[in-house]
Amino acid sequence: MVEGILFVLMAVTALAGAVTVVVARNPVYSAMGLLGTLFSVAVLYVAQLAHFVAAVQVIVYAGAVMTLFLFVIMFIGVDTSDDRDERLPMQRFWVGILAGVIVLLAAGITLSGNFDWVPAAVETIPEATNGTIQAIAEPLFTDWVLAFEATALLLTISAAGAIALAHFKGQRT
Amino acid sequence: MIVSAGYYMALAAALFVIGALGMLLRRNVLVMFMCIELMLNAVNLTLISAGRALNDLNGQVAVFFILVVAAAEVVVGLAIIVAIFRRRSTASIDELSELRG
Repeated sequence: MVEGILFVLMAVTALAGAVTVVVARNPVYSAMGLLGTLFSVAVLYVAQLAHFVAAVQVIVYAGAVMTLFLFVIMFIGVDTSDDRDERLPMQRFWVGILAGVIVLLAAGITLSGNFDWVPAAVETIPEATNGTIQAIAEPLFTDWVLAFEATALLLTISAAGAIALAHFKGQRT
Repeated sequence: MIVSAGYYMALAAALFVIGALGMLLRRNVLVMFMCIELMLNAVNLTLISAGRALNDLNGQVAVFFILVVAAAEVVVGLAIIVAIFRRRSTASIDELSELRG
């Protein structure tokens, strides 16, 4: 019952934030909508016992990534001049058709499957997926230790790449 | 009301579709980038709820890796956007069409 109320509240917030991202003219409003969506999804993670991932979501996404986004928006300057001119003919029309098709398809699959199209385990054990730090660390440092090292390499390379791009001096400006 | 994994999947699908439509509709490259983040989050929600339904902790490990890769992607992507903006002084992808065949 508690999870039901929580799910409805957070689903509404997440969808409202997502719509704000797409609809808002001002990129700052889009960033705020994305922030709301990220927080709502983090709450849904907690409701599904993914505690560590929820914490990482708030710290990395809502903290670091959104700060970076807002910094770049401020750096570039709020540009609301897009969406004024239509260069692709009938873009909105075709996107509307596509959205309608996708929504109808998803609704059809959902209703016909009666919300049971995930092949759930025979018996759900909540303790098995209690995502505490210890529980996550155990597979992370045994089964996935190579992938973990690869992400360390990836982060180093991306940091170096970002610095190299920031130092880029355009030859033809 | 028992919230089965299907409800979370439906929410994730809705978030993913909204993100994909934003990619198609908007021309501001920053907003398009945010829509990519939206789609990544939808997929993360899917993995978490599937892992919970299947009693498998590896779903959460996969989400952890996706978060790391997404952070690296944001760093490089925003650096590219800033580099483009320095040269072209625009955030609209309609202006960036030199590679058109």
